Amino acid sequence: MSLPPVGLPHLIGLSGILFVIGLVGVLTRRNILLILLSLELILNAANLAFVAFSRAHGDLSGQIMVFFVMIVAAAEVTVGLAITVLLSRLAGKLNADEMRNLKW
Amino acid sequence: MNPVTSIILAPVIGALILLVIPQRQEGWIKRVSAIATLIPVALALWMVFRFPVGEAGYHWVHRIAWLPALGIQYQVGVDGISLTLLLLHTLCGFTGVLVSYRIKERVKEYYLFYLLLIGGVAGVFASLDLFFFYLFYEMAVIPMFPLIGIWGSGEKAYATMKLTLYLTAGAVLALIGLLAIYAVSGTHSFDLIFLEHFLRQNPIPGDLQRWLFPFLLIGFGVIAPMWPFHSWSPLGHAAAPSAVSMLHAGVLMKLGSYAILRVAVQLLPEGAYTWLPWVAGLSIMNMVYGGFVAMAQKDMKFIIGYSSSSHMGYVLLGIACLNPVGLNGAVLLMFAHGIMTATAFAAVGHIYDQTHTRIASEWGGLARQVPFIATVFIMAALASAGLPGFGNFVAELLVFFASWNTHRWAALASILGIVITAFYMLRAVSTGFFGPLNPRWVKLQDATLFEKVPYLILLAALMLVGCWPKLLLDMISTSTPAVLSHLDPLKAVARL
Amino acid sequence: MVTAAGPWIILFAPLAAFIGIVLFGRKSKPVSAGLAIAGMVVSLGFTLTFFFHSLHAHEAIETAVSWVELPGLTLEFGLLINPAAILMALVVTGVGLMIFLYSTGYMAEDSSYPRYFAYLSLFAFSMLGIVLANNFVTLFMFWELVGASSYLLIGYWYEKPSAAAAGKKAFLVNRIADFGFLIGILMVWNLSGMGGEARTLNFLQLEERLPEILHSGAVAPGLLAAIVLLVFCGVLGKSAQFPLHVWLPDAMEGPTPVSALIHAATMVAAGVYLIGRVFFLFWASPEALAVIAAIGGFTALFAASLALVENDIKRVLAFSTLSQLGYMVMALGLGGYVAGTYHLTTHAFFKALLFLGAGSVIHALHTNDIWQMGGLAKKMPATTFTFLAATLALAGIFPLSGFWSKDEILAVAFERNKLLWAVGTLSAAMTAFYMGRVFCVAFLGKPRSHHAEHAHESPPSMTVPLWILTVPTLIGGFIGIPQYLHHATEAGLHVEFNLFVALISTLAAVGGLGLAYAVYARGARPGLKGQELLSRLAVPLSRKFWVDEMYSWINQNVQQRFADLLALFERFIIIQLCVNGVAKVTGLAGSLLRTAQTGKVQTYAAMLLAGLGFLLYLNLK
Repeated sequence: MSLPPVGLPHLIGLSGILFVIGLVGVLTRRNILLILLSLELILNAANLAFVAFSRAHGDLSGQIMVFFVMIVAAAEVTVGLAITVLLSRLAGKLNADEMRNLKW
Repeated sequence: MNPVTSIILAPVIGALILLVIPQRQEGWIKRVSAIATLIPVALALWMVFRFPVGEAGYHWVHRIAWLPALGIQYQVGVDGISLTLLLLHTLCGFTGVLVSYRIKERVKEYYLFYLLLIGGVAGVFASLDLFFFYLFYEMAVIPMFPLIGIWGSGEKAYATMKLTLYLTAGAVLALIGLLAIYAVSGTHSFDLIFLEHFLRQNPIPGDLQRWLFPFLLIGFGVIAPMWPFHSWSPLGHAAAPSAVSMLHAGVLMKLGSYAILRVAVQLLPEGAYTWLPWVAGLSIMNMVYGGFVAMAQKDMKFIIGYSSSSHMGYVLLGIACLNPVGLNGAVLLMFAHGIMTATAFAAVGHIYDQTHTRIASEWGGLARQVPFIATVFIMAALASAGLPGFGNFVAELLVFFASWNTHRWAALASILGIVITAFYMLRAVSTGFFGPLNPRWVKLQDATLFEKVPYLILLAALMLVGCWPKLLLDMISTSTPAVLSHLDPLKAVARL
Repeated sequence: MVTAAGPWIILFAPLAAFIGIVLFGRKSKPVSAGLAIAGMVVSLGFTLTFFFHSLHAHEAIETAVSWVELPGLTLEFGLLINPAAILMALVVTGVGLMIFLYSTGYMAEDSSYPRYFAYLSLFAFSMLGIVLANNFVTLFMFWELVGASSYLLIGYWYEKPSAAAAGKKAFLVNRIADFGFLIGILMVWNLSGMGGEARTLNFLQLEERLPEILHSGAVAPGLLAAIVLLVFCGVLGKSAQFPLHVWLPDAMEGPTPVSALIHAATMVAAGVYLIGRVFFLFWASPEALAVIAAIGGFTALFAASLALVENDIKRVLAFSTLSQLGYMVMALGLGGYVAGTYHLTTHAFFKALLFLGAGSVIHALHTNDIWQMGGLAKKMPATTFTFLAATLALAGIFPLSGFWSKDEILAVAFERNKLLWAVGTLSAAMTAFYMGRVFCVAFLGKPRSHHAEHAHESPPSMTVPLWILTVPTLIGGFIGIPQYLHHATEAGLHVEFNLFVALISTLAAVGGLGLAYAVYARGARPGLKGQELLSRLAVPLSRKFWVDEMYSWINQNVQQRFADLLALFERFIIIQLCVNGVAKVTGLAGSLLRTAQTGKVQTYAAMLLAGLGFLLYLNLK
């Protein structure tokens, strides 16, 4: 069985699937940890698209951009997880809908 | 160093120095603030003495390119009108610091905001660039918010919110007008000196001027305060701490009429010619309506507050006359009224700090207990009622003469206004200071020698100008022709 | 010796005294009194030099500095010396000096003595300014300053609510009058430019231009009359003519020497003096003069009737002053410039003397009520004699000063208007009666109170000024005042002595005095007070025809209601409805839009997605 070579459409398709999974996760989940995980999926979907296009166009700047995204993602996860830990200590649970102290 | 820039910078630098002085060094905080406001007084006086009377145009101009691509530059300088107002401002600013020595809580933050406010207001008077004009204006409004909100009294939260929103809303309206001038003049420059010259040769089309003028008029009129946009001002004065009331009624309100004069009338003469009869009409409401409302007030600060909005009607009327006498009267009255009202607010504040009530009928007979403050207040009240010997009389007299043949009804209303003023001012004096001493106040302290200094400075300035008005009029009248020169000569000549 | 600086020195000497007292004399009685008196002496001395100079040189001396110079408006601060001004300045400084001296005795026990002398000096300065001013604006400035300094002096004992209220009332009534005066000045200013020249308010220039302007017919008689009557409004206030007379009786709350200075000799005379100063203007409008004469005549009669039943010695004198001022205004209204000014001068002397005499009695007895006095003739001989001399002069008994000046007024009236002459004669009779009544009740008979029994004469610092003032009271008719005044102005009417008028007025005076003596000299007891001859009339009289009540009704029910109404409008319409209304609407809009902000991140993300979808749709369509 010979599979067709992996080309740009496959990669973009995978990126799209990952993005949608992440998006649905962000929209439907209530647990902050899972929301953060879904967010990572979205970011990585974008990364995948960057790399794919970079390869297709033979232009390295897409891959450079991925490094930036990874750094941002790392920073975001660090801060996000720190907040999550503090919130779970404070409230004892991780339900995003119940965190409404700043809303009035 | 350019003296005008120094006047703006001195308080700002003072504020920066305050940042590094520890909170508990109150003595140093006060001293630095006093020096940072005294330097501008000295500089303003120096400029007044060195002012080249008879030479029109701006002097001591200081220009630094800032955003040349957008036609924005830091440009300051003074003519007779703005120098008069700068003198008023620096005097009120300095005496305000002295009066504030009584403040006990959060001294450092108080002076910090106060000095920023002083710097901002000075910037407005000195700016010769419309962008910076607006910038300084906002810089002056913002410190007002904490100053009243934190150190004020009474309904301070409501007052400070209302005041800030009102002034900002006015500023936004004015900003529309300013940007429109910037755009439609086709110069793409905020440079006021350049705009003046350019628009004299290439005026904005008349119809457009008539459209734009109300934006500037109402926008700045809110601060002036023009009826019916005045209601923020008595409340704001009443809620603010003494020094802020002084600066507020004494100087800040003059920003509005100054801006109407400098920007609206000067750059949009056709618009002014069309709309100023309406201003004269509104000034009647200011003078008479404001006076009657003052008559119904019980709280001393509200009496003076409504009196201020009533007397700013004379300033508006003077401007509305569009003749040299009226403009001179208006500018002189801005000065005189500023000093007078600052004095009155300081005196009321002195008593309020001890009695914690400003209801005139609850005072009673204070002249026996605090003779100095009582004398000061009576003098301020009589000055306000137009007693000769004080600057207010000369200025109001000029407005009467100027308006008699241009806006007869408004002139009659303005003369009626000083009768009304006499009624409420003398009643305030009678109920507050005369009669038997209310036994609650036997422990009231009169001003100490040091506390007398600000009052003496202010009253001396007021009487000097009242007895010899040429001190300022020579300077002001040097610069008024430029304001009117934009008017169609035919329209200007037939007046007065 | 007359110098250019002379007029300025006359004017500024009292001001210098005032400043000196404020700076150095606040703690010391002798320093403050000394400075004040020195100021007056200097003024008086320089006035005298001008007086002697003017005896042989009649031209006016003018000196001015430019005060405001603007395109279209030039105002100067200047002084003008002519015979009328010199005469009035002599009265102000001369009578003023006597009153200053008298005050050192009268106020000796007062705790804020330096303040008193400071105010007096300020007042003298302001009054001299009115006298010497050479134009309307300078005059108006001092006019207002006089108002303010009298406010301070009447309310001198400010801890007494009635005194504070009286001071306020005086200032406000004058302020209302000045409303008209100021409009009048503005109209005069316009009038002066009708000949095509630059407008001016200078008296001499106005006098020069007026005939031309009138001749050209540019000004309608009605307009001229309006201008004159508006200027006259100022006189109504300062000289307390009906209907603005209400402040003067209340002003008796001030210290008695103040009443003598302000409310007899100087401030109230300022109005009459003003008419004289610009008599050329008044003379140009016969219609206005007729109104003025009528007001003057009415005030003379009206005030004299009020004095008939008054029991407060100072208020009797106050009503008498009103009545005499009415006389002067009537005289000027009839065109008798010399007559009016003449009476102004003599009246200043004998009325000041009367007030000071009354002050001497009040000082001794500590009461103003004439029914608490009685029998003072033996105990206070100096006061009694001088008071009597002044009473007779005021009543118009030959050959005292009052006789001559009053007679001149009546002679003018006789010639111009018989009705006003009758009014004048009737008020002369009433004047004689009420003065006779006061004298008989207060000085004759037996003591009516404990205080009156133990009264004794005042110290020399008070009696010496009385004696000095008695001299002009007695001989004022023989020193040639009318002849001197003839040099002041061309306008006006000159009349000869009229024997018939003199006889009738003497008859009226003697009759009034005789009636008073008959009623009050012997049988007068406090008990009789209620059964007075005029008891039926007494109710409206003692309530002063309810004029005060009417004003206070207007003040409380019209003016204050209107103010309250506007304050309500301000509070509910402007603040609550408009300003807070805008805020409420903004807030409401905010709270509606806020529902879109759920606070759930997922909602926002979903909206984000929807927005993205929408944009994509727009793009791909």
